[in-house]
Amino acid sequence: MIIYDITAFPKENLVKVEHVRLVDRSSSRRTQVGTLYLTATHTIFVGKGSEDRNDLWVLHSLVCNVVKHKASQSGYPLLIICKNFQVIRFIIPQESDCHDVYISLSRLSRPEKYEELYCFSFNPNVDKAEREHSWDFLDLKAEYSRMGLPNKLWHVNPINREYRVCDTYPADLFVPKSVTLPVIVGSSKFRSRGRFPTLSYYCKENHATICRSSQPLSGFSARCLEDEQMLQAIMKSNPGSRFMYVVDTRPKLNAMANRAAGKGYENEDNYCNIKFQFIGIENIHVMRNSQQKLIEVSALHSPSMGEFLTGLENSDWLRHIKSIMEAGLFISKAVAEEGVSVLVHCSDGWDRTAQVCSVASVLLDPYYRTLKGLMVLIEKDWVSFGHMFSHRCGHLIGEAKEVSPVIDQFLECVWQLMEQFPCAFEYNEKFLISIHIHIYSCHYGNFICNSQKERKDLCIKEKAHSVWLHLWEKKLDFMNPLFKPDQSQNQGLLRPSTAPYCFKYWRRLYNRFDRELHPRQSELDCLMTVKEETQKLEEELALYEQKMAVLDKERAKTLYMQKGVLDSKQALWSLPLDTSLANTPQDYIGGAPNVFTLQQGERESAELCLFGDQTKSSDADNSDQESGVADFSSHSSGEESLPSEDSVKDPDSDETGPNRA
Amino acid sequence: MELSEHIKTANVEDVTLRRPFHPALRGTLCVTSHHLLFSDRKDEASWQLLILLKNIDAIEKRAVGSSGTITIKCKDLLVLQLEIPGMEECLNIASSIEALSSLESVTEMYPFFYRPSHLTLNGPWGLSSTEQYYKQTERLWDRWRVSTLNSDYSVCPSYPSAVIMPREVDDDKLIRSARFRQGGRFPVLSYCHHRNGMVIMRSSQPLTGANKKRCKEDELLLQAVIDGSELGYIIDLRSAQQAQQARMTGGGFESKSFYSHWKRIHRHHERGKVVQESLIKLVEACSDPSHSVDRWLSKLENSKWLSHVHSALSTAGLVVECVERDGHSVLVHGSEGTDNTLLVSSLAQLILDPASRTVTGFLCLLEREWIQAGHPFQQRCAHSAYSHARLKQECPIFLLLLDCVWQVWRQFPLALEFSEALLLRLAQEVYASNYGTFLCNSEQERCAAGVKENTHCLFQSLLRPDIEEQYLNPLYEPTDLAIWPSVHPQSLQLWTGLFLRWTEYAQNMEEAREEVWSIVKEHHEQAGPDRTNNTLSTHCDTLTPFENLMDELTIL
Repeated sequence: MIIYDITAFPKENLVKVEHVRLVDRSSSRRTQVGTLYLTATHTIFVGKGSEDRNDLWVLHSLVCNVVKHKASQSGYPLLIICKNFQVIRFIIPQESDCHDVYISLSRLSRPEKYEELYCFSFNPNVDKAEREHSWDFLDLKAEYSRMGLPNKLWHVNPINREYRVCDTYPADLFVPKSVTLPVIVGSSKFRSRGRFPTLSYYCKENHATICRSSQPLSGFSARCLEDEQMLQAIMKSNPGSRFMYVVDTRPKLNAMANRAAGKGYENEDNYCNIKFQFIGIENIHVMRNSQQKLIEVSALHSPSMGEFLTGLENSDWLRHIKSIMEAGLFISKAVAEEGVSVLVHCSDGWDRTAQVCSVASVLLDPYYRTLKGLMVLIEKDWVSFGHMFSHRCGHLIGEAKEVSPVIDQFLECVWQLMEQFPCAFEYNEKFLISIHIHIYSCHYGNFICNSQKERKDLCIKEKAHSVWLHLWEKKLDFMNPLFKPDQSQNQGLLRPSTAPYCFKYWRRLYNRFDRELHPRQSELDCLMTVKEETQKLEEELALYEQKMAVLDKERAKTLYMQKGVLDSKQALWSLPLDTSLANTPQDYIGGAPNVFTLQQGERESAELCLFGDQTKSSDADNSDQESGVADFSSHSSGEESLPSEDSVKDPDSDETGPNRA
Repeated sequence: MELSEHIKTANVEDVTLRRPFHPALRGTLCVTSHHLLFSDRKDEASWQLLILLKNIDAIEKRAVGSSGTITIKCKDLLVLQLEIPGMEECLNIASSIEALSSLESVTEMYPFFYRPSHLTLNGPWGLSSTEQYYKQTERLWDRWRVSTLNSDYSVCPSYPSAVIMPREVDDDKLIRSARFRQGGRFPVLSYCHHRNGMVIMRSSQPLTGANKKRCKEDELLLQAVIDGSELGYIIDLRSAQQAQQARMTGGGFESKSFYSHWKRIHRHHERGKVVQESLIKLVEACSDPSHSVDRWLSKLENSKWLSHVHSALSTAGLVVECVERDGHSVLVHGSEGTDNTLLVSSLAQLILDPASRTVTGFLCLLEREWIQAGHPFQQRCAHSAYSHARLKQECPIFLLLLDCVWQVWRQFPLALEFSEALLLRLAQEVYASNYGTFLCNSEQERCAAGVKENTHCLFQSLLRPDIEEQYLNPLYEPTDLAIWPSVHPQSLQLWTGLFLRWTEYAQNMEEAREEVWSIVKEHHEQAGPDRTNNTLSTHCDTLTPFENLMDELTIL
């Protein structure tokens, strides 16, 4: 854990503004006054009088947008909207200061070159061996050999070693042994961006595979013998089957439109023994707009139940999640139940294809439901196969139209599965959220650039660190106590229900920073503690048993004593969270326009004082210093209550959430 | 007419039964006065299915060739199908079910015939009484008394025989106040807060009528409730407009000029038919075969069920704020004071009072605030979500309460001693039960029907140690604090355990629950046989006791 210290920054690099207010929308009581600093890498807010380290740290690379609002009585509001869905609201007393911060931050949060990204300046002093160790933690070769590859039918073909056939593919690719070089080259010329069909997942038990590619350049009538041979070879590499599926994950209309541009989809008449299937997942632009609407819904201020559900419906987000899940389910069933190989593509084969292949893999293989398995899966299907992280996550200033929450949707599919199968996953949702943050934060080198080649050219592995080892070292935080690997229904293929009611709103991701929205006690944390204690007790008991064997002279007496102590041990059934019962009253006043105004500045009730902040920050990563907003609450009670600008609408704004009208 | 006369065909062979999670079964179907039975064995020794006829909400008949299919939709939301060879048998069975599932006479209902060998009828019935609550609540002794003015149920037919009232108000005044309140439901004490002695009262609306009648005794009674302190809150569960309109039909509200120390807050709550229709729509949405997310969300929204959950929890939270944070007493009422009033006052108690979060405490709360307080269970629960019968007095307010309690449990998974299983059991029992607890509409009716003498008490039976264990929350850790739930729409969820109970979805959750138990049990085995006296000892140093033992062992 890196300890950030404001004093460590050279003075001249700091922009410093005093008397800035950090506004907590849910409670003006929790508004903090303090000093705002801008450094080369972070925005930092240090609350006045806060002794603990609950300063707010926000990485510039996590900032999605900076917005100035119209001046209010109390100053000039500045909103920082982050890629992890946090919205930070500052009020700056002077207009010129506000403008300066706005200009600086706008520039700082829109890097133009990769070199400006945080991963290149983070932790440069760590020695080479340690950095290399972090990269060696995951090994894709080992992953393929875990699957059972290479074998007598599949091998690594060196054709793309120099990225000459396809510059967005990894260097090492598995293709059927029977395929010759000219076939690969020919097929790649017949596919968008040269992304020829290659292996993504191999099922040891029945030899069925999931292969992936981009769309064929078939237009209305073009064909390519090599490409047809390629598919034939893939089909034949699965000796048990007489056909294979070709899944186009686009809506049929989109695929047909592509034909006019000389692209398109496979004609069943030209390819032997394929069954062609459309699965209508929408494109990146639709997904971007959908998530935007979802974010707006999640940010609604005290919406009514109807407004929230209608907003959720209108965003279409869960409909898209469901379509991705259904595609994954279709493929995993084809592989596991029918033993049939599947070729998946979309247009370029790096967005929907990656989503669908990886969802199918999670459903098929219990390994991907373990911590390390999910890391490997993301490294394989997303990082190595050229998901364009830089474009999709907007790491650099550039085409806004290229940004799309494609990987968010994959993580959400995994979350939806975890909700349906609480015992099937080794990891918990904190793990998914941490991965999500690191994908966007540019803190580590893994998700920089758009392809393996670009990363190699940029020498990422020599200059930056890998996130996976870092996450692995924190794995205790990410464990699901309910995980039952040996349970029969958690083995092999997961068969999720795709009934619409199974798709839920992911509150922890989208409202992560609205603390008052989340359960006040955590069942999982509690169970984790209990499990750890049980283990500790087991170990210690074993130790005593050893000792007692040595001390068998007074065996009877010893046994008696041990029982006595064990009884007193019941107190250990202690839970981590009861002090953090964040039980403040909620917004119960909404909709009572006529009466009920609580006296301002009344005494704090016992509950509020106990609004402790011992809740383990779910994301105590180095980069997540921004999670501190809510931590001000426990200190704010002593503050004089601020003139609340919205006190007219909101008679009870001091403690309960402001009202909806 | 004897019940058996409704049965024209008692037995049918070769019936096929289809239900969720089970393969289709072939066997014998049997109708008795109170049950539908199914067995796949010739000797009929083991029943594969035993359904209380009262649990059946609706049936649908369909003819397929010479045989018929009956779809049975139960009040606990289970749907099953019977394929019966022979049209005549099918029709006979259907008409028996229709007649026997809608018995009106209380004493003909199954609780009066339920005689299990392990229970005797002479045991105690119910868990507590007004008098006992008074005795247990020391805070009340000084200023409050138990009044038995309603011992013959003449002052208020829906109230219990004993109520808790301010000492300084005599029974004559109470009688006058009762005349001024709809159904005679004058303000009575519902809860006294252990921290500050503030009380929650409940009543029905005052009968002020169009010409603003007043009742001095009613005003005095409320004045006596707040005694000395400056202010009380009246939470009126209707919108201000509705309360105004109620005056046209003889009802009304407490006007500021006559109740000067009481501040009135209006919160709109849906009632009666609207809530019943919500349930019907929600259940319909849950069984919609369409696979469209949009359609699901729009139906969920359209049902408004979660909006009712939202309002109930919000108003309960408001009451708790008044009592706990502001230190004021509260009077809750709507119109009749038998539905939303009870919902809000009992939820407020669950949030406020640690004692009501234990199994016993929660059942006592239900007994005091619902059964003794005169929630008309028989009328409200006559039909559930599937019935096509014309709605009369049905309203799933009690189900709404259970849903709200479930939401609180989701947000405070360690704070309740009982588990979701208890809520599910209650949701089932309230519609169809072997026990007499939820029979009738009031204590008076139960008395007249001899419920206490002739049926068994559900709550007593739930508290038997072997039974209670099924309903415990393995993670229970008592807390003294108020547990304020979040009422943001993002925080409220569909109660999948109830509404999706018969889907695969709920099955996976069952697996998770078992795993929670096994983790906790394993811990108990390691840490000691029972942890009944565990305390909030969060910060104790986990290593010390063992280290001490180590030392002693070394010395040995």
